Amino acid sequence: MIRFENVTKVYARGARPALDRVSLDVERGEFVFLVGASGSGKSTFLRLVLREERASAGRVFVAGKELGTLSSWKVPQLRRHIGAVFQDFRLLPNKTVFENVAFALQVIGKPRHHILTTVPDTLEMVGLAGKEKRRPHELSGGEQQRVAIARAFVNRPNILLCDEPTGNLDPTTSLGIMRLLDRINRTGTTVVMATHDDEIVDQMRKRVIELSTGALVRDQSRGVYGSDR
Amino acid sequence: MRLQFILSEIGLGLRRNLSMTISVILVTFVSLTFVGAAALLQTQIGKMKDDWYDKVEVSVFLCPQNSTAPTCASGEVSDDQKADIQAALASPEVKPYVEKVYTETKEQAYEAFQEQFQDQFWASAATVDDMNSSYRIKLTDPEKYSVVSEVISGRAGVEEVKDQQRLFDRLFSVLNNATLLAGGLALVMLLAAVLLITTTIRLSALSRKRETGIMRLVGASTVFIQLPFMLEGAIAATIGALLAVGGLWVGVTYLVDDWLGESAGWIPYVSTADVLTIAPALIAVAILLAGISSLVTLSRYTKV
Repeated sequence: MIRFENVTKVYARGARPALDRVSLDVERGEFVFLVGASGSGKSTFLRLVLREERASAGRVFVAGKELGTLSSWKVPQLRRHIGAVFQDFRLLPNKTVFENVAFALQVIGKPRHHILTTVPDTLEMVGLAGKEKRRPHELSGGEQQRVAIARAFVNRPNILLCDEPTGNLDPTTSLGIMRLLDRINRTGTTVVMATHDDEIVDQMRKRVIELSTGALVRDQSRGVYGSDR
Repeated sequence: MRLQFILSEIGLGLRRNLSMTISVILVTFVSLTFVGAAALLQTQIGKMKDDWYDKVEVSVFLCPQNSTAPTCASGEVSDDQKADIQAALASPEVKPYVEKVYTETKEQAYEAFQEQFQDQFWASAATVDDMNSSYRIKLTDPEKYSVVSEVISGRAGVEEVKDQQRLFDRLFSVLNNATLLAGGLALVMLLAAVLLITTTIRLSALSRKRETGIMRLVGASTVFIQLPFMLEGAIAATIGALLAVGGLWVGVTYLVDDWLGESAGWIPYVSTADVLTIAPALIAVAILLAGISSLVTLSRYTKV
């Protein structure tokens, strides 16, 4: 589903590369943790998959397409198959829960009847049934992240990218979010999650990819957070 | 769904930046009023030329009895002199430009004079002998006045050669200068309009950065993201253009039709129909302005 071939990303000329000759494969339906210290290149990895950045060298394949040669007008089409969730939720404060999720479908031109059936289903799946009319500031952090996940998942993407989705949440709430991501993974969606949360990684026992100053230092199936444990 | 969504986005953007929207409307209004005024002035000149150039003639005034002009030293024009002038008009160098020659005797001139000034007490003091007999020459091409003038003027028996077109040319040059002035002002205002629309779109894009960020993320197409901003600018500019058309309409109705038309009715004036003729062009200019501004701004602020 995602394939990196010797990918290097350098932001500023002469600076240390954010990613340094990284090669890896993520299969369809996998759940992958991306770990490493701040600045190790996790976010760059995700940005490359979303084609928010282009690789400086090497090739990135997502869903069978090489992103380096993908023309920019095809990028939106690519992103419709990728959901993204962030630490800071990125909800629209003046829209209700329902509108926030529906927004993702409206802007890609889905018909109204499709939105009216899909959005409630997705909200129920993430556990927000009955809170459709709330606004983000009336929700807890965990609930806001569920809205964000619903928005990312409502178009049934093949890949779900999560950039520290539990970074702002307490352990109990984080666990709830992880259960949700796991459920989404079980529907066949490939999940790539960058995280600092060792407890979660250790508990889930999924594939772990560790980056250190841009280099791939560990790729372990059913791994834990720290390599020394 | 799509259309409704875009429309609601536009409405939101216009309301959020109300003061900027109003300023865009006003600037395009003023600038396009100047553009329209320049166009109407040119139309006016065209109308006058059409109407008058058919009627203008070169008048060759022949010597009356007591003229002080040097060519009239021998007193009233003689038949020999007349024959000489007519021969000159029929000569190969002048003939191609002359369409027709009318002769006006001093008796006819006196009659016309008396008729024109019958209310004036001093008119009765004039006698037939004070009048000029004259040749009225209609030219095939009014612009070729100087050819005829050179050959005829200075001949014995000719007091004066007058080209009515000369009078009009002075008026036309005044109108042309006014056109240049209006056009120049329009240019400055159009520049201001472009800058203002650019700023407005930029503000609007920045204030909706969060929305556009999410739109990009979930795979909305570039056109879909940018269209509301473009239409915002276009709508504001179009409203400005419509106001300009309205302003010109009011101006033509009250200033030209009612005021000039009453006080100097013999001139063919521009009408409100002419305003309608230039209206589509004004609206097109407005949309073009907004389009250019959008393209410049949006490529930078809503990058995919």
